[in-house]
Amino acid sequence: MTETSAGSLVARLADVSGPYFGEFGGRFVPEALIAALEEVETEYRKALGDPAFTEELARLHRDYVGRPSPLTEVQRFAAHAGGARVFLKREDLNHTGSHKINNVLGQALLVKRMGKKRLIAETGAGQHGVATATAAALMDLECVVYMGEEDTRRQALNVARMRLLGAEVVPVTIGSRTLKDAINEALRDWVANVETTHYLLGTVTGPHPFPEMVREFHRIIGEEARAQLLERTGRLPDAVAACVGGGSNALGIFNAFLDDEGVALHGFEAGGEGIETGRHAARFSGGVPGVLHGARSYLLQDEDGQTLPSHSVSAGLDYPSVGPAHAWLHDLGRATYRPVTDDEAMDAFRLLCRTEGIIPAIESAHALAGALRIGREAEAAGLTASGEYTILVNLSGRGDKDVATAARWFGLLEDQELETKEGRA
Amino acid sequence: MTTATTAPTTPAGSTAGVLARLREQEGRPALVGYLPVGFPTVERSVDALLTLVDHGVDMIELGIPYTDPVMDGPVIQAAAQGALDAGARVRDVFGVVSAVAARGVPVLVMTYWNPVLRYGVDAFARDLASAGGAGLITPDLIPDEAAAWIAASDAHGLDRVFLVAPSSTPERLALTARASRGFVYAASTMGVTGERTQVGGRAEQLVVDTRAAGAENVCVGLGVSSGAQAAQVGRYADGVIVGSAFVRPLLGDAPWADRLAALAAVTEDLASGVRSARTGDSGATTPTRASLTPGDSR
Repeated sequence: MTETSAGSLVARLADVSGPYFGEFGGRFVPEALIAALEEVETEYRKALGDPAFTEELARLHRDYVGRPSPLTEVQRFAAHAGGARVFLKREDLNHTGSHKINNVLGQALLVKRMGKKRLIAETGAGQHGVATATAAALMDLECVVYMGEEDTRRQALNVARMRLLGAEVVPVTIGSRTLKDAINEALRDWVANVETTHYLLGTVTGPHPFPEMVREFHRIIGEEARAQLLERTGRLPDAVAACVGGGSNALGIFNAFLDDEGVALHGFEAGGEGIETGRHAARFSGGVPGVLHGARSYLLQDEDGQTLPSHSVSAGLDYPSVGPAHAWLHDLGRATYRPVTDDEAMDAFRLLCRTEGIIPAIESAHALAGALRIGREAEAAGLTASGEYTILVNLSGRGDKDVATAARWFGLLEDQELETKEGRA
Repeated sequence: MTTATTAPTTPAGSTAGVLARLREQEGRPALVGYLPVGFPTVERSVDALLTLVDHGVDMIELGIPYTDPVMDGPVIQAAAQGALDAGARVRDVFGVVSAVAARGVPVLVMTYWNPVLRYGVDAFARDLASAGGAGLITPDLIPDEAAAWIAASDAHGLDRVFLVAPSSTPERLALTARASRGFVYAASTMGVTGERTQVGGRAEQLVVDTRAAGAENVCVGLGVSSGAQAAQVGRYADGVIVGSAFVRPLLGDAPWADRLAALAAVTEDLASGVRSARTGDSGATTPTRASLTPGDSR
């Protein structure tokens, strides 16, 4: 049994509901949005208990997304992981190429129930924007995606994908021009248009009920993986690794294991160019609790409470705060969060390409680098000698969108080689 | 430093006291003027604020520049960014409050919540009270999340201005009216700050509903940019809050004295608007008030 900060007793960590996760979360938003948040919460709670909703979502998962996503053991990659067995949960094989579709379909079905006609979304790497544009096309909804101008450049392919799907992509040219600023613009749009519009928030941050609701729509990742791994190996994993930007893929896979005490949960944040350089997005290493975008959580901020710019080679992890449930799990000691640098992530990215023929999203490559580290640490602790030590990695997305970045990083194209070397010197 | 007189009186110089005096003695609403601290510099922001006071603003809403102002439109965003780029610090607010409050107008600080959290809620309240500030306007803090601020504002005798919106339910209007002190800020429209050609048609009903929910004073903001609009809103509101229209003349590269002169002209237009709000037959729709606030002794 777990005692929450409110003093109530809940059976399982996996089922804790908002608005607070310990002392994190809440609803730090303008009053103008409260009615809409309450409408979303009411509709979401009704929907979860309505077989018409759950069956429709299950049908879309099966026939449209391609769930369950496979579980792949990667032995050649694992040869670099200190003797651990490594399994990848293949969210990269979902329709649209990442885990994001799970949440988007759930929320889009809610939007249909609420009778709204317009979706807005923020996107960093573009994966959530693509998933939202996809659901909007499927369900005949208008769709506007806000994306930092810097990210539209880094992820040009996804901008084109969203436009192909009929979405309007609005480059955000104020502030740091990344995910945080895209969320600011989406919130401003929502305040003005809340009566006709749903803000389809893409991760486990934001005001209640988003952190709880988005976790619910992603918990299928961990539930499938837990069952698949039990069937395959007859045991639970020793460790679970996931990358953490806002934290939706991580919470989705962690959730099924929160109440399995023997399973270590590892979140990997963007260490960028290194914590010591200040150019990173490692909230648990370099942040302190604060409020951003509606929730209290760990936050990169200066001594005045101004949000600090984050940095990562991966647009999807480039966010100065993190979902409040992760802050809660961090403070409980139930999960650990460590940074992975751009260099480490890109090395793991290339290793998976070369050893397994799988091109991961650069976001997910942070989890892969983390898994290599976990395996080597387990080896040093003598845990891998039995050959049974198992690491489950959430491969949250595929790397098609990142090919241009990787080509520049590794100097794969003749005409970019010089520029890349200069850029990194 | 003064501490803790939390009795629900309305001293003459307080926010509620000024609103009551204007209503009862001058028969008009207050003009509340917003400007951010530190734009274009801390010193010049004081010049600009005193220009507002000298040309007819009754109360100041002093903004703390913040990196993520989700309730603000492009004009105020630009000024806030300019202030941050020029090195404005949260602690600068206290000196500016002192300088403006010395002129005898209530100064409310408008701030997103994280800078106050980071400073320390009680420490911020203490230092604001000590500087002569009247209280806080908190655009992203609802009463439900405000336990620490309610305690600190009680301890230090500060006003708490929460917002209501056209989307607020009757229950939330009552909750917000109960939690507020000084006035309730009614957002005239669903949206962010910025000048609009028309003030939202739902503003008047929102004011009526907010009073019915128990609010003593209701001021209206968002979108008011001209004297004519101020006169129209001032027929039914206890105060008219203007932001972007005061910030706009300060943007750009014109000589500072010219920018201040432009600000003075805008201020006079809006000040004449609130002064004409309830004169002549346009005052016919002014809601009558069942009970008047007790107590301005002057």
